[in-house]
Amino acid sequence: MQIISYIFLIIGGIFYFLGGLGILRMPDTFTRIQAGTKATTLGSFSIMIGIAFQFPSWTFKLLLIIILIAITNPIGSSAIARATYRSKHIPKNLVQDDLKKEGE
Amino acid sequence: MINIIVFSLLGIGLLFTMIRFIIGPSLSDKVVSLDTFNMIIIGVIAMLALIFQSELYLDITIIYSILAFLETVVFARYVEGKKDANH
Repeated sequence: MQIISYIFLIIGGIFYFLGGLGILRMPDTFTRIQAGTKATTLGSFSIMIGIAFQFPSWTFKLLLIIILIAITNPIGSSAIARATYRSKHIPKNLVQDDLKKEGE
Repeated sequence: MINIIVFSLLGIGLLFTMIRFIIGPSLSDKVVSLDTFNMIIIGVIAMLALIFQSELYLDITIIYSILAFLETVVFARYVEGKKDANH
């Protein structure tokens, strides 16, 4: 049980690290949104599961945190992407823009 | 030993997001890095609950995730309102 918990904790730490690395290294804003929110969502799920394997009596609160993050984090990233698009901050190296064709 | 490895991975991720928060070219880059920063802080507080073996830190994690979501949405509305801001 302890070993499974350690494996989940290491996976969570690696995904958090990759989220930070993607924030630093990606070229424009939309790819930074993609890298920053998806990787950290999976990392937080993995860390909560790893803690639940060590303390099984905390499972309810950890499940509550997982549901809360699964609802709020995609909404937040979608709100940032929408605000970035509508505030005319579109990056220069964007190849295809489907929303512009739909709007006209 | 495992806890030290996980904490150092989280700390390097926090360092990267703080660098992007400082050098970020536009305002929305800073908002994105702030969102990721809050998510990594949630992981750090959950790991503190594991180390001190106290369930109270999980309550702090719940409240912090709600506040982080509100903060992200409010800053996104602020970015959307500013039409021609470069920093």
